[in-house]
Amino acid sequence: MSRWLQKSYLFLIFTFLYAPIAVLIVFSFNDSKSTSNWSGFSLRWYAELFQDDKILSALYYTLAIALISSLISTVMGTFAAFGLSQMRGRFKGFVLGVNNLPILNPDIVTGIALMSLFVFTGTRLGFMTMLMAHITFSTPYVILSVLPKFKQLSSEMLDAALDLGATPWYAFRKVILPEIMPGIITGFLMAFTLSIDDFVISFFTTGGGVSNLSIEIYSMARRGIKPEINALSTLMFLTVLLLLFVINRRSEKGAGVVLPKTDTLERM
Amino acid sequence: MKLNWNVNANGKEKSRIGARGTLKVFGLLMVVLLLMSGCAASEPAEKLYVYNWGDYIDENVLDEFETEFNVEVIYDTYATNEDLYVKLKQGGTPYDIAIPSDYMIEKMIREDLVEPIDLAQISNFTAIDDRFKDLDFDPGNKFSVPYMWGTVGIIYNTAMIDEEIDSWNALWDPKYEKQILMLDSQRDSIAVALKKLGYSINTKSLEELEAAKAALIEQKPLVLAYAGDNLKDMMIGGEAAIAFCWSGDAVYMISENEDLAYVIPKEGSNLWFDNIVIPKGAQNVEMAHKFIDFLSRPEIGQKNAEYIGYSTPNKETLALLDPEISGDKTAYPDDADLANLEVLLDLGDFIEAYNRVWTEVKSAR
Repeated sequence: MSRWLQKSYLFLIFTFLYAPIAVLIVFSFNDSKSTSNWSGFSLRWYAELFQDDKILSALYYTLAIALISSLISTVMGTFAAFGLSQMRGRFKGFVLGVNNLPILNPDIVTGIALMSLFVFTGTRLGFMTMLMAHITFSTPYVILSVLPKFKQLSSEMLDAALDLGATPWYAFRKVILPEIMPGIITGFLMAFTLSIDDFVISFFTTGGGVSNLSIEIYSMARRGIKPEINALSTLMFLTVLLLLFVINRRSEKGAGVVLPKTDTLERM
Repeated sequence: MKLNWNVNANGKEKSRIGARGTLKVFGLLMVVLLLMSGCAASEPAEKLYVYNWGDYIDENVLDEFETEFNVEVIYDTYATNEDLYVKLKQGGTPYDIAIPSDYMIEKMIREDLVEPIDLAQISNFTAIDDRFKDLDFDPGNKFSVPYMWGTVGIIYNTAMIDEEIDSWNALWDPKYEKQILMLDSQRDSIAVALKKLGYSINTKSLEELEAAKAALIEQKPLVLAYAGDNLKDMMIGGEAAIAFCWSGDAVYMISENEDLAYVIPKEGSNLWFDNIVIPKGAQNVEMAHKFIDFLSRPEIGQKNAEYIGYSTPNKETLALLDPEISGDKTAYPDDADLANLEVLLDLGDFIEAYNRVWTEVKSAR
């Protein structure tokens, strides 16, 4: 009985999570522009997607900004977390508080504040300003995900490495870095996702022909979202799915990580 | 190297390899994607920054302009007049062209956010129908040139409604309880109530506004939903029987569902315009004039009118359009129907009364 309950609960959760995506994927193959009337199977939105310069350039900027900003903020955040982990006492609390502030701040405040700053300093709004804005809002998240890893780190490890003749930089790379890697990866993925997600801050800090997918999609609101966006979302969803699959396979082979097996796998 | 790997070859090793793998696959994919989409052509000397509604131009027109005038068009889009206003007011953006609607143009003129347009440089201005020139929001077209126009009216499903609809009162008819859709848009929904009561859609009388509020609250139990963009899909799918909408959207809905019909109510309605302006601080005013002139060319206007499906103010463009489009009374109503239509005006500070009324309507039970 409880097993049955468990399963139906799981089923419900997955339905809620994936039903909207399923609808989106189905209607990306719809022949008409409507998202409620099915008028036949067609690949025309996929064909049009790859001819739509605006959407492709928005995709390019979205990925470029997400990749560059998450890389930079991961490096910055990791070193900041290292520094923070060495701090003690009241000052550490203060710095952590300052770090948490931008996370709690509503996006619209951050966006308008950054826009005002850029305009005040006479910076032309565009790629660089949007990139800086994205680095700004993702760095605190990286710090928060890397910091706990430093806490788990035993201080003897570093001392042992130094005693055995490693230089501080060598010890950092070979001893500390591998230990905190999971935190760094989490931080990087978090920064990447946040950057792809963001509309409000991007809208206020960009200009001059640089726009990301969320701005592009939002600006279609008046005339209706083009089904090309459904096609693009489908492709992005499949890419992520494929990526996860490849990663799982690799880690299975590479280090013999035992994946939690499901019932079906066991039966096989 | 190898030695160091073995130092902590216990449980921790797994996560490291897994993490490395993740990064490598991820990085590779990103590089491929960046290379794929990052092929840029050589840059022409001049640039023109255009700010327009999303999906509101045939993009081939931009390419044609680039080739003909050897200029690079840098194109951005926005979703509402208010978004545009915030961006232009704040500065920091170098736009040479923008396409706001009527009341926003009036506001921008008042706040000195637009450059005057030299009509002598717009040779195709003569092609624009005189009916759409010299309007209240921009007398003498000193600051703006018409791009698209349209009306607001009732769209209804003839398969679900037997009678002929010709009045805003239909939206208050108890027969259609829970089959009525309203737009979740402050000025537009209040304008419908004002027109039903026979008042101006730009009224500054509190008494009339309160009457409109009472009418909207009275109507609320009959309304299925205050919809946004999904209004179109709900009407096409037959989820609701009657709603009000912009004429451009009506053309699209009727093309998707033949049972739908569009009518401009006899009490009058809203006539709207999207005009081209040159924002203050534009870097390339000369090229902006050429662009406005280019968009006003009959054959260019034809491409845009066919792509967007909204009504063109250009009479020579109209003559080029397929008779099936130009004869469509939804997009191009008779003069008689246009007679008692009003254009939305900027209300200045009185807009706060509208804000309050709208909040009270939305929160009423």
